[in-house]
Amino acid sequence: MVADLFYYFIYPGFLFTAVVGGLIAGVDRKITARVQFRKGPPVLQPFYDFFKLLLVKETILPAKGSKITFLLAPVFAVFGASASAVLIMLPLLGIDAGFRGDVIVVFYLLTIPSLSYIIGALASGNPLAAIGGSREMKLIVSYEFTFILIIAGIILKAESSTSLYRIIEVQQTGNAFIGTASGVLLFIAAMFCIQAKLGLVPFDMGEAETEIGGGAFIEYSGSAYALIKLTKYMLFFTLPALIILFFMGGVQLTGIHILWSALKLIAVILLITLIRNTNPRLKTGQAMRFFLIWMNLFVIVAIVLSYLGY
Amino acid sequence: MGFKDFCFKKSLWLFHFGGASCNNCDIEILDCLTSRYDVERFGMKLVGSPRHADVLLVNGSINKRDKKRLLEVYNQLAKPVLVVAIGACGCTGGIFAEGITFAGPVDKIIPVDVYIPGCPPKPEAILAGIVKLLNKK
Repeated sequence: MVADLFYYFIYPGFLFTAVVGGLIAGVDRKITARVQFRKGPPVLQPFYDFFKLLLVKETILPAKGSKITFLLAPVFAVFGASASAVLIMLPLLGIDAGFRGDVIVVFYLLTIPSLSYIIGALASGNPLAAIGGSREMKLIVSYEFTFILIIAGIILKAESSTSLYRIIEVQQTGNAFIGTASGVLLFIAAMFCIQAKLGLVPFDMGEAETEIGGGAFIEYSGSAYALIKLTKYMLFFTLPALIILFFMGGVQLTGIHILWSALKLIAVILLITLIRNTNPRLKTGQAMRFFLIWMNLFVIVAIVLSYLGY
Repeated sequence: MGFKDFCFKKSLWLFHFGGASCNNCDIEILDCLTSRYDVERFGMKLVGSPRHADVLLVNGSINKRDKKRLLEVYNQLAKPVLVVAIGACGCTGGIFAEGITFAGPVDKIIPVDVYIPGCPPKPEAILAGIVKLLNKK
């Protein structure tokens, strides 16, 4: 019981993910600045932002919205992010605490943050937030099908096992999934899904600052917005970790393998940041077409390839 | 300086209100965000919603129509908030100070923390004003 609480709140769960996620978000802003030939903010900037929002700023409630739903939505978002984080991190760090079918549970838990953003946006009663919420919803509808197909491909490659721990074991005894042709195709599709789940450019139409002034988050201020930022930082660590788990054979925390594990994480983060910095924002229709037609075709080809043994 | 104050000063998010401006000050404000001047070094960034903002940048002369909107934006901001008046029009009214539609410089309408004069102020001047804002108190 105490061990479970420790897992959830401190080591691979809430606190650890939040701190590492905040650092990753800082590194992301630093890399973005270097790409644009700027100096950029300090790496600890996300922590300053978070504590400023949490401790200093006033929280304004919408006069014509549903106040309780508006305030509860960020709490549910943090819950979804931390629960998925603990389920992903435990097998990744070599602790066999999973159960059969936890990859499906992780899939559902990872949709909770986006869903609560939408609920919070619609509860605020702001028309721009409603536009942001509906765009986010269309984005979810388009990328979730691709994501479940990717998980199906992974399960097929991992000898029909639905446990995250077993998926890592299969890769560590054999080869990492990214070493095969179907694995590469699945990896490319998964990277775009991660980008959409994180709400980064090209798929940031839900919170387009320049068009709809923050979109789904336009009414959030103070500590409620701090919780949303926290969710984003946690997902910024959890989702790259999921990619490492699915395709790169997880991490090992012994000797020289620590360096390899860090390099894997840095490579995935760098890829995400570079995609984000070299692309414009897509329209909602374009994003839906991209996922529903092209990415789904891509993944189905990958699944057929892996069925044939490539 | 306590921890709260430190975090607040390290992450000021800007919201830009342009009154009846000739757009020169707007362009100079945007210059501060470019790679040459880069105010993101100090943790500042432009945000799209007044709910997220910590600093309200006001430039341009405020006429009778703008006055209502400026007050509305100021009331929508999550407090605590700092106000910076930029350019001759924002500080005093400039050449519009005696016009019939002029509704007073910014500090007659809302409390102002820092004035940055100039027509338009150079990006260096805006940065100097921001540093003064950070060292205030």
